[in-house]
Amino acid sequence: MNTVSIIVLIVLAVLTIVQVMRISEISSSIQGGKDNQVSEKDNDTQGKLLLLVGMGFVISVLVMYWAWGYHSLPAPSSEHGSEIDSLWNLSMLIINVVFFIVQPILFYFGYKYRGKKGTKAVYYEHNNKLELFWTVVPALFLAVLIIWGLNVWSGLMMPENEEEPIVIELYAQQFNWTARYSGGDNQLGYATVHEIAGANIVGVDTKDAYSSDDIITKELHLPVGKPIKFEFRSQDVIHSAFFPHFRAQMNCVPGSKTYFQFTPTKTTAEIRQDKDVKNHVAEVNEIRLAKGEDVWEFNYVLLCNKICGAAHYNMQMEIIVETEDEFNAWIKEQKTVAETL
Amino acid sequence: MEHHHKENFFTKYIFTMDHKMIGKQFLITGMIMGIVGVMMSMLFRLELAYPEQSFPILEFFLGKWAPDGVMDPNMYLALVTIHGTIMVFFVLTAGLSGTFSNLLIPLQIGARDMASGFMNALSYWFFFLSSVVMIASLFVESGPASGGWTVYPPLSALPQAMPGSGTGMTLWLISMTFFIVGSLLGSLNYIVTVINMRTKGMSMTRLPLTIWAFFVTAVLGVLSFPVLLSAALLLMMDRLIGTSFYLSDIFIGGEVLSYSGGSPVLYQHLFWFLGHPEVYIILLPALGISSEVIATNSRKPIFGYRAMVGSILAIAFLSFIVWGHHMFVTGMNPFLGSVFTFTTLLIAIPSAVKAFNYITTLWKGNIQYTPAMLFSIGLVSTFVTGGLTGVILGDSALDINVHDTYFVVAHFHIVMGLSAIFGMFAGVYHWFPKMYGRMMNKSMGYAHFWLTFITAYGVFFPMHFLGMAGLPRRYYSNTAFPMFDNLADINVLITYFAIIGGIAQLIFIFNFFYSIWRGPKASQNPWRANSLEWTTPVEHLHGNWPGDVPIVYRWAYDYSKPGYDEDFVPQNVPLAEGEESGH
Repeated sequence: MNTVSIIVLIVLAVLTIVQVMRISEISSSIQGGKDNQVSEKDNDTQGKLLLLVGMGFVISVLVMYWAWGYHSLPAPSSEHGSEIDSLWNLSMLIINVVFFIVQPILFYFGYKYRGKKGTKAVYYEHNNKLELFWTVVPALFLAVLIIWGLNVWSGLMMPENEEEPIVIELYAQQFNWTARYSGGDNQLGYATVHEIAGANIVGVDTKDAYSSDDIITKELHLPVGKPIKFEFRSQDVIHSAFFPHFRAQMNCVPGSKTYFQFTPTKTTAEIRQDKDVKNHVAEVNEIRLAKGEDVWEFNYVLLCNKICGAAHYNMQMEIIVETEDEFNAWIKEQKTVAETL
Repeated sequence: MEHHHKENFFTKYIFTMDHKMIGKQFLITGMIMGIVGVMMSMLFRLELAYPEQSFPILEFFLGKWAPDGVMDPNMYLALVTIHGTIMVFFVLTAGLSGTFSNLLIPLQIGARDMASGFMNALSYWFFFLSSVVMIASLFVESGPASGGWTVYPPLSALPQAMPGSGTGMTLWLISMTFFIVGSLLGSLNYIVTVINMRTKGMSMTRLPLTIWAFFVTAVLGVLSFPVLLSAALLLMMDRLIGTSFYLSDIFIGGEVLSYSGGSPVLYQHLFWFLGHPEVYIILLPALGISSEVIATNSRKPIFGYRAMVGSILAIAFLSFIVWGHHMFVTGMNPFLGSVFTFTTLLIAIPSAVKAFNYITTLWKGNIQYTPAMLFSIGLVSTFVTGGLTGVILGDSALDINVHDTYFVVAHFHIVMGLSAIFGMFAGVYHWFPKMYGRMMNKSMGYAHFWLTFITAYGVFFPMHFLGMAGLPRRYYSNTAFPMFDNLADINVLITYFAIIGGIAQLIFIFNFFYSIWRGPKASQNPWRANSLEWTTPVEHLHGNWPGDVPIVYRWAYDYSKPGYDEDFVPQNVPLAEGEESGH
């Protein structure tokens, strides 16, 4: 009954609008309005509106930078992260300069050259010099970005190691993460889905000699200042290991291994003292208190960033970066594969 | 035409072979799909603003997928998946390209119809069938496909992985197969028609830029869609007969599956080999339309015609060698990543040329603000805004920061989604008189533009800031991570804009259908434009021109040419004595 009355209401509303439209069109045609053609008054109004709304948009972008810019991730907590961020800042500077020049020009031209009776546009087909200019200038800027970008990229994809990185496996499954430390030999034991059974959640082959000192955990502890080479595997579908604070991301693909290496530069305790992080935490906790939720303490976190199913939005793992001593103490407490399986 | 068949309702409106009617069929079908796609986005925006809260309207639309009005996470993923599929393929590929290629190619090149009217009709009916299957897939017991519009296996291949990968996914693949067949039939037809059926005098360098755009788009489609077809067929085989093209070493639902030796990344390579050209299949027709609309309404020649054609060709060529930038973090060889970074950033050059040429076309113009013109200027604005962030995402090192975050959502919605839909609106407003012989209401057009322009930026611009805060896309709810709690307000704001913007489209739909029946009668050339479609009579003829097909003497952009009283000189006007054509 309710639905029916809503439908009836909508139909009546549409019919009313149709009638109003007819009346307005008839009256405008009586007054000599020309078949919905654009009049000089329209050009004037719309041209001015374009400038107004267009500049409103450009200004609102500035307002957004001011109001939300500080939401951006805090300064990176990894060595390569600051290189990425420098390149990021230069790229953002260039595109913002272009944005704040080109958009106002577009809207201004739209306003300035709004149609007026009696004027005729200028017949201006092309200008090779001008076109060459705006082909070459973007090309130059892009060349800088490309060369620098490729430099950063190869540096972080093919790192030159002064010391041997610690090898840690991150194992993804719907909808959680498991870490496997390679132990004293710094070699991960062979693992395959065929070995998954009971407590052996990542499918370690216990017959492989390298596996006996492997350590399987549900928390990710990392020593600060040490290069860490992550090996990623997935059990079921594609996941993506996203470490936003470390500027690191890599997919976990079933059937193959992927790698990413980075060196954490700030312990969890240190980043909690960071000014931006403190402000962020204060802001979040104000919101959480108002909603009656627990107080939040900042932690590094690993997120899943490739759609993987219903609980994709809650596939996470805590990351604790600590001093080498703390890390060594923690890892000593953990049981090895030989002890648990 | 020599013999004119008597037409009944079915031959005229349903099983027609007239390109103009087929264009309208594509448009109406695309609009209906568009309404579905936009409504879906409003539902999931509601969820994103108020996660896990109860809304009766959700239960009304989603039934068992929103028990007590709270949206199920699987349904959230289904909505984003089908929204993406519908908008990318059904609205902005078939709805945009199908409508205007069909309507304009024969009219603007001076042909009586497409090369093969039958193939053209077949192309529409495959599209129609695929739309029906796609809509039907929404109603299956286990829910529609929900692995994201890119449907990456293994998620999309294994019904154990999510309910949407059951029957819903099979129907998605069947629908896309029909879609691709339809698209190929159409594209082949467009290519053949443009190459062979141009009227006397219509050299390639006199073609309106719309035709160049449709032509190159069709070439892109013919070269890239077959690859998606094979990707889809292989996926279908993995799902239905147990092959292992994309699957290997999987443990799910408590057992090891027997697949071995396949690679999920292979699918991504195949998908994006279409997927990236697809972006330009969507965008180029919109750019073509806006070139035409901007030149006509600035009353000026399009600036740098040859550079515009050249940049279309450059973009089309480059679009085939950049697909890997969607896959920087799949673990592919770092050297390959470098190559794709290089090729991707090169695309910025022809894109910049296009943007600057549009702006220069406005310079010293005599701009006539039709709704179509406003949407075209809106397109230039979104093309610039969205294109710029591509410089960030195309750089493999920077992509690591924001890959699969809302920064990406902002980027592609602005540069591809908004630009293309603005181009489509511009096309509808501009060629409505040609399609229906009547004018659309101007005031409603203005209201529609301003509401759409403001809300569109209101929805998508703030998303950059969400992405820079690290917020991943395709999250049903952001409440699982306290670090995102302070972004909740932005999400609420975006949702308000989305709902207002969605409702504003009702103005357009009302205006469209009202004007079909009640709009004031159009004159033959209401925008005082040069191209050949405006030389045909208002009343549609099968065969387009009552007498001979017009002969072309000049390019389509002789606006405000010195030596003429009028500010336009149609293409079929012979050169005056001593006048140089230049083209």
